[in-house]
Amino acid sequence: MSAFGAALKRELLVLWRSPAEMINPLFFFVMVISLFPLAISPKPEVLAVIAPGVLWVAALLAVMLSLDGLFRRDQESGVLELLLTAPVMAVVPVTAKLLAHWLLTGLPLVLVSPVLAHMLQLPNAVLGTVMLSLLLGTPALTIIGAIGAALTVGLNRGGILLAVLVLPLYIPVLIFGAGVIRAAAEGGAVNGILAILGALLALTASLGPLAVSAGLKISSGN
Amino acid sequence: MSDADTRLTLEQLHCERDDRVLFRGLSLTARAGEIWQITGANGAGKTTLLRILVGLHGFYDGGRHWWQPDWQRELLYLGHQPGVREELSPLENLDYACALNAQGGDAMAGLKAVGLQGFEDVPAAHLSAGQKRRIALARLWLAPKAVWVLDEPYTAIDQDGVAQLDARIQQAAEAGTLVIYTSHHQVGEGVRRLHLAKGRAEVLS
Repeated sequence: MSAFGAALKRELLVLWRSPAEMINPLFFFVMVISLFPLAISPKPEVLAVIAPGVLWVAALLAVMLSLDGLFRRDQESGVLELLLTAPVMAVVPVTAKLLAHWLLTGLPLVLVSPVLAHMLQLPNAVLGTVMLSLLLGTPALTIIGAIGAALTVGLNRGGILLAVLVLPLYIPVLIFGAGVIRAAAEGGAVNGILAILGALLALTASLGPLAVSAGLKISSGN
Repeated sequence: MSDADTRLTLEQLHCERDDRVLFRGLSLTARAGEIWQITGANGAGKTTLLRILVGLHGFYDGGRHWWQPDWQRELLYLGHQPGVREELSPLENLDYACALNAQGGDAMAGLKAVGLQGFEDVPAAHLSAGQKRRIALARLWLAPKAVWVLDEPYTAIDQDGVAQLDARIQQAAEAGTLVIYTSHHQVGEGVRRLHLAKGRAEVLS
């Protein structure tokens, strides 16, 4: 089996066998969004205004929370040293890890988002755009966050530092992600904004794994 | 100085950590078939030296030259931690390590050699510290590599396991592998010893 295939299988297995890490982001996403109608107002006209922002901020925080431990257990168990001394470029197992992580933590957010959008009184015609925006946006969030996770893996309490490093970088994705839902709800054109989200994903997916590998090397002492 | 058997050359290696000199002026030539034991008190810099050798630690002065540019293909490094994830079984852990390191060989036979037959599908979380270390050590029984760098391979290993590991290391050295390891345990006769103490590094034998 190729190194990438073996790494992907291994990452999926590891995550699959620690269900808490897999379910926590999804649970967080659903709970936070359910709290807004209770706390602000259940009126449709109010919810429709805040819905794009609420959906995206909740998705963003859910992804960020899932990333704190992305490399920590591998580092504590010595797997990271194995990965960095291997003849295979670190980018290969890192890409496999990011893909597996997104498939099991990011993709579920995309899949439940129409239900939550409906709960927030967004019109049915917009649900497709909600899913599409998260489908393009959450992998970008995972990759950007992983850069921060790689840089903070050697620190004991990296959680806060991770948020400080990563949140500013999340802002463009947040603006265009929430923006495209708002545009769709108001009946405007969405293709242009979706294209920008796609471009952000292309940029992070192509350069992100390299940055993550470099971050891991720096954390290990190079 | 450089002949066909030379695997590793260190020239005036100097490393400081937290304003403390771990070693200075460390020069040596290690050849194929040699066994090098690195000794020293706790905190003397044994692990740091090994991490420098395998390219994990970049803060040092001096030269570290492996014999060929793609030396990592021929490296078998076992770090301070065994590199075993508790969610995975011994077989899954070993498969991953081998896939990353392009190391061939029968993983089941490797696990059998370290006495883990019957445990190959048990999640590593249910195994003891010694058994987890044995999962990592199983790689020593797979396809041969030109250089072994082992950080405290004897940790948590029982008496029979120690004798078995001694035999395996000597067997590999006879077949031409350069073995560099840290431990207070001496593999056998004819082992070259590098001692780190108080910022000095001495080749004792």
